[in-house]
Amino acid sequence: MGRQLKFKIFRFNPQNPESVPRMEVFSLDETDSMTLFIALNRIREEQDGSLQFEFCCRAGICGSCAMVINGRPGLACHTKTKDLPDEITLTPLPVFELVGDLSVDTGSWFREMYNKVESWVHTDKVFDPTAIEDPMDNAIAEEIYELDRCVECGSCVAACGTARLRDDFMGATALNRLGRFVIDPRDKRTDAEYFEVIGSDEGIFGCMGLLACEDVCPKNLPLMNQLSYLRRKMGVVALKQIFKK
Amino acid sequence: MQTIYKDVLIIGAGLAGERAAAEAAGAGLSAVCLSIVPARRSHSAAAMGGMQAALGNSVMGEGDNTDVHFADTVKGSDWGCDQEVARLFADTAPIEMRRLCDWGVPWNRVVPGKSKYFKGGKQFDKEEKEEKRGLITARNFGGTAKWRTCYVSDGTGHSVLYTMDNRCAQLGVEVHDKSEAIALIQDGKTCYGAIARSLRTGELIAYVAKATMVATGGFGKIYKASTNAVICDGGVHGAVLDTGVVPLGNMEAVQFHPTGIVPTDILVTEGCRGDGGTLLDVNEERFMHIYEPDKAELASRDVVARWMTHHMRLGKGVPSPYGEHLWLDIRHLGEKHITGKLREVYEICTSFLGVDPVTQLIPVRPTQHYSMGGVRTNKDGAAYGLKGLFSAGEAACWDMHGFNRLGGNSLAETVVAGGIVGAKIVEFLKDYECNIPTAEITKTAAKQQQRIDDMISGKNGNENVYKVREAMQNALDKGAHVFRTEEGLTECVETLQDVLRRARSVGLQTDGYGASPELSAALKIEGQVKLALCVAYGALQRRESRGSHNREDYPARNDRDWLTRTLAYWKNPDDDLPTLEYEDASPSFEMPPGDRGYGKMQIISADSKEES
Ligand SMILES: Cc1cc2nc3c(=O)[nH]c(=O)nc-3n(C[C@H](O)[C@H](O)[C@H](O)COP(=O)(O)OP(=O)(O)OC[C@H]3O[C@@H](n4cnc5c(N)ncnc54)[C@H](O)[C@@H]3O)c2cc1C
Ligand code: SF4
Ligand code: FES
Repeated sequence: MGRQLKFKIFRFNPQNPESVPRMEVFSLDETDSMTLFIALNRIREEQDGSLQFEFCCRAGICGSCAMVINGRPGLACHTKTKDLPDEITLTPLPVFELVGDLSVDTGSWFREMYNKVESWVHTDKVFDPTAIEDPMDNAIAEEIYELDRCVECGSCVAACGTARLRDDFMGATALNRLGRFVIDPRDKRTDAEYFEVIGSDEGIFGCMGLLACEDVCPKNLPLMNQLSYLRRKMGVVALKQIFKK
Repeated sequence: MQTIYKDVLIIGAGLAGERAAAEAAGAGLSAVCLSIVPARRSHSAAAMGGMQAALGNSVMGEGDNTDVHFADTVKGSDWGCDQEVARLFADTAPIEMRRLCDWGVPWNRVVPGKSKYFKGGKQFDKEEKEEKRGLITARNFGGTAKWRTCYVSDGTGHSVLYTMDNRCAQLGVEVHDKSEAIALIQDGKTCYGAIARSLRTGELIAYVAKATMVATGGFGKIYKASTNAVICDGGVHGAVLDTGVVPLGNMEAVQFHPTGIVPTDILVTEGCRGDGGTLLDVNEERFMHIYEPDKAELASRDVVARWMTHHMRLGKGVPSPYGEHLWLDIRHLGEKHITGKLREVYEICTSFLGVDPVTQLIPVRPTQHYSMGGVRTNKDGAAYGLKGLFSAGEAACWDMHGFNRLGGNSLAETVVAGGIVGAKIVEFLKDYECNIPTAEITKTAAKQQQRIDDMISGKNGNENVYKVREAMQNALDKGAHVFRTEEGLTECVETLQDVLRRARSVGLQTDGYGASPELSAALKIEGQVKLALCVAYGALQRRESRGSHNREDYPARNDRDWLTRTLAYWKNPDDDLPTLEYEDASPSFEMPPGDRGYGKMQIISADSKEES
């Protein structure tokens, strides 16, 4: 291989009074099958032990390692250096609060999101340990899982024009989450109740339709489909409410 | 320093921790989970294959019941498990799967009618029954008599963990993520909580609680080649050893998974073999059926990993720049199956290897995967040695896995044990009051602050933590792997003792401000090396082969002398070896030790004790 890679990495440690936001350059010899996970760990272990970034599963499953890679949000563990030019610029995801360097606080953001959309099955059913499970059509189960696959990496939020403009926009991932419950027969919420949650500019009507979310989603979730499906459905609810008044 | 008081402190927000938290919160107690990462990123999310419960809905699971599941589990453990616990587990698993169903897990369901499946590279037909339509279905996994593994496509852990975290949010369980526990608050008799370090600001925070639970998952990252997430590093196990009074059980029982991919050691699920994938050698020929005519690729993991290593030693491995490996072949399952039910496998192969599993072979080798050992508890999940301390999930040695865990039994264990231990904690707290010794809190926090200051100032030396860690990992990868010998283990122990000395003189190379990742690594390194020593020294002393513990110099399973569980204590902080004690593997034997039906080996019977 023999390429020498140049990494321009955003540095800032808000806990250190002397730290100022800046870009720092690191060089590394590229090796076979190198990913950004391998590269960043080598930089930390061999060149600067204070470099902050997030990895957990390092297998594209947990969603920890999203960052902006040469201008585009994506999962770092999933990104092979051979698919990138020899100059690689890494910056933290926007929208989320910065913890330090490439590390941001996605946990708090997503917790707020799922509390807002009440991301749990709403039902009066009391679990009976002696009863067998309620049957469900396998096709519906698979459909739910299709939307359940979001790993809360935050890439879509970071790529979203509206989310950058307004703090309260819940973004594609929230709508996708809610969509999962809309099709789940176990959830007894009505359309009107869903409308309460997302029928506003914070939700369904804030989207400017730029499609960036779906473009960057590492799980290839059908975010725009989901959005337009909900928008149609919620549109009907909105009309009904107008005529009731 | 901030001090946070709760009824229950749970260290870990994976499935075991959150299941227990849900139980506590459901009973009206205040519960907080600590986690290094947001709860949903816990390693439980990475489990793809599924979880075992004897529901018997699928036609291939017909006739299954909790007795069969119990028997499979005991055989899987090579009779090393606590049979009372295995019984409790098998009986509770179906209830927990159904509970998860009510909470929102989109389990795959029975679809009536004919379909095809693969076994040993050959195609067979099955017909699912109309009366089971829509009930939770199951797939095949290694070491089980029936198809018993419930699944959600290949995102079981993800889906179940998201559902569990939803449930916790609904019940108001707090999860403090980016919080890393570094020491337990205890006085040698009772546990009062833990000191955690904020991974946002670097501050120390005291969490004080009447009951504390360790649910921090496995510690595979003490090995270099491991399928585990980078946070599965045994930090809290080190803190538990540090108490001097709580033992870790069966640390030598380390599972190696047959299909870690080469070179990155990412796991491709056992579901590949369960769904009919085969293992091939350098000549692209199957070999598992030679060694295991009955079960072939679907023998238990310890057995498959052993034969793979054996076969490579015969010169049948595929040479590569990263060492020898074998091939996993799933091509015959077809594109639809691979990109559907095995989609994560497809993604892992294409994105990390540049291999398309629909048309190409996947390079695999046995890789560290699961820690059967852990915080030793009784069947209620109460840790030995300290009142008020509990443990569950992979972190614990509860001990239903003995010397080898079956695929699909761990994820099931997390929710079953989380539920049972959670309920036991609720019971324990009913009329339990304790006097919180505030001096103990201050003392523990001050000691941790001192460690931090010393590391920053380089008072004890300036060993580089990453180099020390690498030395530890290399020693284990070399000496305490699939096959073990007196010589290899002795060398491993000696190397690790040297590494321990170095670990004690680690100093930071950077400033240690805020969430400093170097400081995080430095704070746990001594404990990690102690864990590694528990593994290697325990393995050196256990002169027999059982489950995943294979001594080439003692190839027989020796029930006469070793139907025991190792308890490893670190009695004095300055010791350079653990103190080992032993207890009976099981208080009672519902199923007396016998042949597993796979992995044929010599057995020295327990009865020969009386004879000799
Ligand atoms: C790749 C892979 C695939 C697997 N597939 C399967 C499968 O298909 N079926 C199956 O049965 N099993 C499977 N397993 C095993 C199973 O996933 C794990 O054993 C199980 O998920 C462990 O769950 P847990 O709740 O005990 O811990 P985890 O889910 O690992 O959670 C640990 C928690 O502890 C926290 N933590 C750790 N250290 C600290 C600290 N110092 N301070 C604070 N918090 C801390 C973490 O942040 C995390 O929240 C698989 C394992 C791997 C590695
Ligand atoms: S929808 Fe896709 S991009 Fe957005 S958080 Fe989920 S996985 Fe990430
Ligand atoms: S580290 Fe888990 S997705 Fe990258």
